[in-house]
Amino acid sequence: MDYSKILSKRAVALKPSGIRKYFDIAAKLDNVISLGIGEPDFNTPWTIRREAIKTLERGKTIYTANAGLYGLRQQISEYTAERTGITYSPDYEIIVTVGGSEAIDLTVRAIVEPGDEVIIPEPSFVCYRPIVELTGGVPVIIDTKEENGFKLRAEDLKPKITERTKLLILPYPNNPTGAIMTKEDLEPIAEVLRGTNIMILTDEIYSELTYGVKHFSIVSLPGMAERTVYVNGFSKAFAMTGWRLGYLCAPKEIVKQAVKIHQFGIMSSPTVSQYAAVEALKNCSPDVENMVAEYDMRRRFLLDAFEKLGLECFEPQGAFYVFPSIKSTGLTSDEFCERLLYSKRVAVVPGTAFGESGEGYVRVSYAYSRKYLKAAMQKIEEFLTELRSKQEIADD
Amino acid sequence: MDKLLKLLRTNARLSDAELAVMTGMTEEEVTKKIAEYEDSGVIKGYSTVFDEEIVSKDYVRAIIELKVTPKAQVGYDDIARLIAQYPEVESIYLVSGGYDLSVTLRCKSLKEVSDYVAQRLATIDGVVSTTTHFFLQKYKESGIMLISEDKDERVLQ
Repeated sequence: MDYSKILSKRAVALKPSGIRKYFDIAAKLDNVISLGIGEPDFNTPWTIRREAIKTLERGKTIYTANAGLYGLRQQISEYTAERTGITYSPDYEIIVTVGGSEAIDLTVRAIVEPGDEVIIPEPSFVCYRPIVELTGGVPVIIDTKEENGFKLRAEDLKPKITERTKLLILPYPNNPTGAIMTKEDLEPIAEVLRGTNIMILTDEIYSELTYGVKHFSIVSLPGMAERTVYVNGFSKAFAMTGWRLGYLCAPKEIVKQAVKIHQFGIMSSPTVSQYAAVEALKNCSPDVENMVAEYDMRRRFLLDAFEKLGLECFEPQGAFYVFPSIKSTGLTSDEFCERLLYSKRVAVVPGTAFGESGEGYVRVSYAYSRKYLKAAMQKIEEFLTELRSKQEIADD
Repeated sequence: MDKLLKLLRTNARLSDAELAVMTGMTEEEVTKKIAEYEDSGVIKGYSTVFDEEIVSKDYVRAIIELKVTPKAQVGYDDIARLIAQYPEVESIYLVSGGYDLSVTLRCKSLKEVSDYVAQRLATIDGVVSTTTHFFLQKYKESGIMLISEDKDERVLQ
């Protein structure tokens, strides 16, 4: 077989995730301390797991409605209304998806035509660009900057808008930077979009994980609900990554198209996970609060530790990552990560995995115990000390 | 619960500086708050959770369920106070249900436990009956797992 003639050119053109590379190396080394993982280290709260067990015991293992279990959609509607002030109809405006990722995929596929431009602020989660490219859309990248808090600004957005602009992706709270957008930050963005035909995909998967400030959604601003697809999920807030469950809320015209794509590709999201998710939304806010409190302690610990090491670190207010600048080391992100991995067996992710604007930064996850983080930071300290003394010798 | 107490409960050896970083307080505030907790009796002490199995095998632990009949001048508190004086006693709780006092003992041998129960506890005025349960295996103490935790199986995506 000549596979080069068979394979989809679009699939072949996709670049593999930049995170993978280090993990392939790390997998071959022994005793690696990894700070690379982007999923909670907590167990899913027990009552959620118990609900799943009950569901299995009762044999409730058939498909649900394509859009998801009606009771779960009702809960999502209430939960989202409490947080955004927008009430989505469980009948027409909500789809329960296989993780937030499927919700992103559905949105892009329901909206984007070949040649349409999709604006993506970077650094950001690795999936937006490939999903847009698979539909034949054209990713238009906006590089956000540390001096602007890695926020998207109206003045950066405006020049990127053309007649072909179809969609703006808003990835806040942000992976990998931990940046958030406040109501004041979002209003100028909303103002740029009002009166246009540009849609927003707001990926708020980390909305529950903010520190010292409450998350605000762009959908809450006047005139935004009609142009916004609101994406959220259970993975990060409720430590439910493996349950594969997310959702999208959007105007019914969009949901009507997206649900067809979901139906043909997926049929319906995992039934047991859906029953368990009802419990999550109904009763597990205290569990989320406890996890947030613990993440916050780790976040403060890491910020302080990086400061002591003389690495400048932007203060993240959301998600569970810190994004220190490694520019002062004179190394590229790739070099830094590779050397750290080989010499100290510590794995972090180069900022460039999340876009070119991530150059000069590394992503450090704090979805690890405090003890583990402390051990890792000691290794990073050793690494920097050795690196700096080598550089001094070279300078002499 | 206060963040400071939460942190201290999992690790009492954290320095005030470390506690300050993680709670967002200043070091002075931490020092002051801890002194307040100690003075007011919120913090009763600091102890270390270690695996005694590794350090020494020469001890036996037991829980004794005591049924007690309080009398006019001698209430639960008085009986508990009396029992608490013995160094072998690690903890005493007044509990609801089929018995009244739950006493944890740490002794050098089975014989010592049985002697203690027979000679010291059973003879206390007001103690109606005793039931002794010996500890076989300790899995978790003071919120700290004493058995090895599951391996981190998360993979990088």
